Amino acid sequence: MKVRILVSFKDSVLDPQGQTVKNALHTLGYGAVRDVRQGKVFEIDLAGVSRAEAETIVPEISDKVLANPIIEKFAWQIIEE
Amino acid sequence: MKFGIVAFPGSNCDFDTFYAFHDVMNQPTVWLWHKDHSLKDVDCVVLPGGFSYGDYLRSGAIARFSPLMQEVLEFAAEGGLVLGICNGFQVLLELGLLPGAMLRNKHLKFLCQFVTIRLENAKTRFTHKGRTGQVLRIPIAHFDGNYFAPPETLEEIEANGQVVFRYTDAEGRLTERANVNGSLHGIAGLTNKNGNVMGMMPHPERAAETLLGSADGRVILESLMSRF
Repeated sequence: MKVRILVSFKDSVLDPQGQTVKNALHTLGYGAVRDVRQGKVFEIDLAGVSRAEAETIVPEISDKVLANPIIEKFAWQIIEE
Repeated sequence: MKFGIVAFPGSNCDFDTFYAFHDVMNQPTVWLWHKDHSLKDVDCVVLPGGFSYGDYLRSGAIARFSPLMQEVLEFAAEGGLVLGICNGFQVLLELGLLPGAMLRNKHLKFLCQFVTIRLENAKTRFTHKGRTGQVLRIPIAHFDGNYFAPPETLEEIEANGQVVFRYTDAEGRLTERANVNGSLHGIAGLTNKNGNVMGMMPHPERAAETLLGSADGRVILESLMSRF
């Protein structure tokens, strides 16, 4: 099973990289861009794991390793059964 | 006092730190390898600056899982002295030995320069040779030194006197410009609640001799090696 995990800054945390990308887009004339938040994507291949097990494992590794819960949040989805 | 300098793959201030304690301060100093399971009976563990594990994932995030860090956690829990400098500070944050986290510097630049910091609390095990309000000139060299903590955590560490250093101008004033990396409350260094663990972004080992442009870092080194 393959899962995709998206780690990004919490809304309460300033994201200077996202701000810089936003400014660049504005410079290019994309005035419709209201905000940009930058994050990280992880694609993890899990062997011999059921959907229920993935629902335990993925949040666990996201909280423990992939994201720093003080500044970051995560979301995930199964991309391949 | 016996000091132990931890070396991770990617540490690059480890030799400078060893030199500062061993050669400049004449203290018994040993190396601690990140894969070791023993702290070799040291009195103080120092996590030096650098780019442990290439700063992959987040600064300090992987170093935290080194076998030796389990020993450091136990050592700190028993009241052992732990100092984290720069990347070492980031590792202590990731380990949860200190509250908060580091974000990228506000202007997204790697900063390598002398800064002035104000000593906020001279009643700690790490700073008792200095005086509160004293301004120290010590260099920084980091990309991720923009200290962040949620409001309730900030309130708590301020109330407990855990903030040890703040970025200020040479006169000791807090200004937007002096706060080079954008840290909340201008925090450049802090201790844990018990006062036996301290992290700081400036490098005291790079300011241990006047030949290096400043000897102000000695306040920290001398505090550590002398009776509290």
